[in-house]
Amino acid sequence: MIQHLSLNIEETVAVILFGVGFTILLLHRNLIKKIMGMNIMDTATYLFLASKGYITGRAVPIVVDGVQEVSAYINPVPSGLVLTGIVVSVSTTALMLSLTIRLYERYHSLDLDEILILAKEEEQT
Amino acid sequence: MSFVQNFPFFSIILAMFSGIISSVLSGKKARNLSLVMIAVTTALSAGTLLFCLRTGESYPYMMGHFPAPWGNEIRAGILEGVTAVFFGVVMFLAVLGGLDHTAEDVEENKLNLFYIMIDLMLSSLLALVYTNDLFTAYVFVEINTIAGCGLIMIRQKGRSMSAAIRYMIMSQLGSGLFLIGLSILYDITGHLLMSPAKESVAALAASGAYRIPMLVIMAVVGVGLAIKSGLYPFHYWIPDTYGYATPTASAVLSGLVSKGYIFLLIKIFYRVLGYDNLVSSQMVNVLYVFGITGMVMGSLHAIHETDTRRMTAYSSVAQIGYIYMGIGLGTQYGMVAAVFHIFTHSATKALLFISAVGLYEASGDKKDYVSLRGAGYRNPLAGIGFTVGSLSMVGFPMLSGFISKLLFATSALESPHKMLPTLIVLAVSTTLNAVYFLRLVITLYSRRRPEDAPIPEVKVRSSWHLRLAILCFIAVNLVLGMWSQPIVQAIADGLAMFG
Amino acid sequence: MSRRRDNYETSRWLRFKKWVDGETDPLSSGMDAIPVVTEGQMRERRKNLALRKAYDEELTRLSAEHADKTEIMKARGIRNFQKFYKVMSVILCLAIISVLLWTIAALPVTGGADNPANNEVAARYIEKGLQETGAVNIVTGMILDYRAFDTFGESCVLFIASCCVLVLLRLDADSKNDNIKKMIAESDDRHFEPKDDIILQKCACVLVPVIMIFGIYIVLNGHLSPGGGFSGGAVLGSGLILYLNAYGYKKMSRLFTEKVYRRTTLCALTFYCLAKSYSFFTGANHLESGIPTGTPGAILSSGLILPLNICVGLVVACTMYAFYTLFRKGGM
Repeated sequence: MIQHLSLNIEETVAVILFGVGFTILLLHRNLIKKIMGMNIMDTATYLFLASKGYITGRAVPIVVDGVQEVSAYINPVPSGLVLTGIVVSVSTTALMLSLTIRLYERYHSLDLDEILILAKEEEQT
Repeated sequence: MSFVQNFPFFSIILAMFSGIISSVLSGKKARNLSLVMIAVTTALSAGTLLFCLRTGESYPYMMGHFPAPWGNEIRAGILEGVTAVFFGVVMFLAVLGGLDHTAEDVEENKLNLFYIMIDLMLSSLLALVYTNDLFTAYVFVEINTIAGCGLIMIRQKGRSMSAAIRYMIMSQLGSGLFLIGLSILYDITGHLLMSPAKESVAALAASGAYRIPMLVIMAVVGVGLAIKSGLYPFHYWIPDTYGYATPTASAVLSGLVSKGYIFLLIKIFYRVLGYDNLVSSQMVNVLYVFGITGMVMGSLHAIHETDTRRMTAYSSVAQIGYIYMGIGLGTQYGMVAAVFHIFTHSATKALLFISAVGLYEASGDKKDYVSLRGAGYRNPLAGIGFTVGSLSMVGFPMLSGFISKLLFATSALESPHKMLPTLIVLAVSTTLNAVYFLRLVITLYSRRRPEDAPIPEVKVRSSWHLRLAILCFIAVNLVLGMWSQPIVQAIADGLAMFG
Repeated sequence: MSRRRDNYETSRWLRFKKWVDGETDPLSSGMDAIPVVTEGQMRERRKNLALRKAYDEELTRLSAEHADKTEIMKARGIRNFQKFYKVMSVILCLAIISVLLWTIAALPVTGGADNPANNEVAARYIEKGLQETGAVNIVTGMILDYRAFDTFGESCVLFIASCCVLVLLRLDADSKNDNIKKMIAESDDRHFEPKDDIILQKCACVLVPVIMIFGIYIVLNGHLSPGGGFSGGAVLGSGLILYLNAYGYKKMSRLFTEKVYRRTTLCALTFYCLAKSYSFFTGANHLESGIPTGTPGAILSSGLILPLNICVGLVVACTMYAFYTLFRKGGM
């Protein structure tokens, strides 16, 4: 297993980053760090996808000199998926950050637990 | 190719296009456009449904010039048609019923943005229903999530902002898991379209290769979508989200958004991973356990709540548990019951949220039990609507909830190992449902006591949209309850087409 | 024997530990945050907080004063919960990682030419992509022609995210609400930075044209070389942001206002929507689309891909700029 993992070193790194990002997003109390965790998680997925598209010794899928053999280029599909995924991740990051700005303005805290308690108190009064 | 076959594509694009156009319209125009658009897309979906019923088979629709394993594709069949029509109807009535409150809760110059969210929400729901491509599904899941978050936080009062960030965090966890599941699936099959991916998966299952990755894919995709739809241990975001959004948003989120994800999950189970593989991998049993735990725990939480909207939200947790229990039974009947319960729950929950608006109007915008005492006399139609919804949730005969409970019970008889726990939990959960819903109904129709705080001067007559929406929702519930046979038949046929 | 340190409070290790725990901000001394609410309100809010942090402070104070035992026990319980929380998060993280590593160990080896992912789908994109889409860059051809529906969905994600940010952060100058007026006044942070910074302006003078031309180049050559609408649009957006920072909102508003933003986004997305609907419709009904793909390699080639790239580039540039201005001061 270890040997296989060392052959799949990109995926191994990607998966470890995914786990770290997932845990930060789920359990860290600070909103900004949660957003960082989300970005780490997304980026890890893109690293995973990109390494899955790579084929040793082949070139980027841009046709050069009319060469159109399969054996010349890497798999273009994961690259396209990563492109699409990045846009999605930019959008969600922007949305989360703007929510954080508004929450900070209202509750003067970035700690999600604190914000939830303050919100509850605000409602009761 | 007949012209009718274009309708699914037209409905998705029309919804998106009206969203784009709405960005420059005034709030009122955007609202009207949105209502017209929802009506038209529902009609288009109905056309698709009729076409599929007439021909009796499903068809793929190429999005572009390239056939299946190369280009994007959508696919329409009976089940897709029924679901699309149903989602359209519920969306229309939810928007109609909440019109006044939307106008109150949303700043006037941001009203058009609210309807952009509604439009794109509908288009993403339709795309999730029709899609035949996994990555398209991911992209539209994200649109759905962001639109859902927009619908929650557009009411910038009270706890809706903190609810929105919670919703967003949980949804992102779900999306992350879903995406990594898709990546692993792509790695071992090499396909993103559902039909060729299913062939590869079947070949892999037959040869026994990549067993561990397949198992992890099932788990990761299942858990990802379960988080997004609010299955029991991942339900923490639900009460805040449904409890503090504007009524239309609550109705849409509880009635449609979570159902869209569940529909997608069913589709992936049937059209990609293969339901037999799923049953043999024990994954369904995990969903089953989560489902029955949710049925009981959601109801227990609901009993504790004093705020009626949060109570209704917690009851959603229990109802989502029912659906996952149906999926987890691992039989065709269980799946039919689960899909029928999707319809039941979205019609009933939307009815409850919308008719509750009428009751709050008659109680000075207070949402606790004491203030609602006697509200059923002050706003009779809303009271009737809420009562019908509650009875349907409890499983009163002639209403839709009764049929889905009946379907669950009969399907439980089919699977010998799960029969006893299913029946027991159904009985317990029904009792608990009755405890909290009937308590509220009795509160609605009990006389106010002299020591209660006086109710401020209120308007008792709701606007005509609200009344119309409540009436239509009651009608939908009765239709589902009394003419369920053709619908159940259509669901069974549609699931057979998923094959 | 090591020297005993009695100034533990100021030791580097403690500061490092605090920073890791997220309790302090290393930059906090360098920045002065302006409290928006009055001190009294803040104190009240803080007082109401029955939170772990408060308990921690309580604990240190109490242990110093040797106060009664029960309170210490209570605080210790909360501290234990904190430790438990940390341990659980590490365990959860390790569990996720180990499950996924277990999966990875069973997946095909990276870089293998005969992995299942390198099947007939990728082969057709490479072998026939140039003829069927006219794009030299196969990835662009794939995302804007073979799998164009995904990409259209992706632009809609960006669109709806910008709508959500507008909902949250836009402050309308002509609003009658006092609260919003106050927020506008607070969010105007221009007077904290140097006005007409000569170094910045001169640098921007040189850089902005280059950045813009480079961005336009990336957008226009999306089908010929690495790049495309999104990357080019991001470069264009950053050029706009640099210009804004150097010359201020007033000068920028001559070129770019909210009206411009709305119209550009509307036109670009409408064109995108209509063009792709046409191509989906003709494709599904097996009609000829009648859009020439041109000679591969020429700038005017590959059918709809070039105009679509321009549309995506415009949308992305506008959205990036809009994000920045909305985050800065809630309007354009």
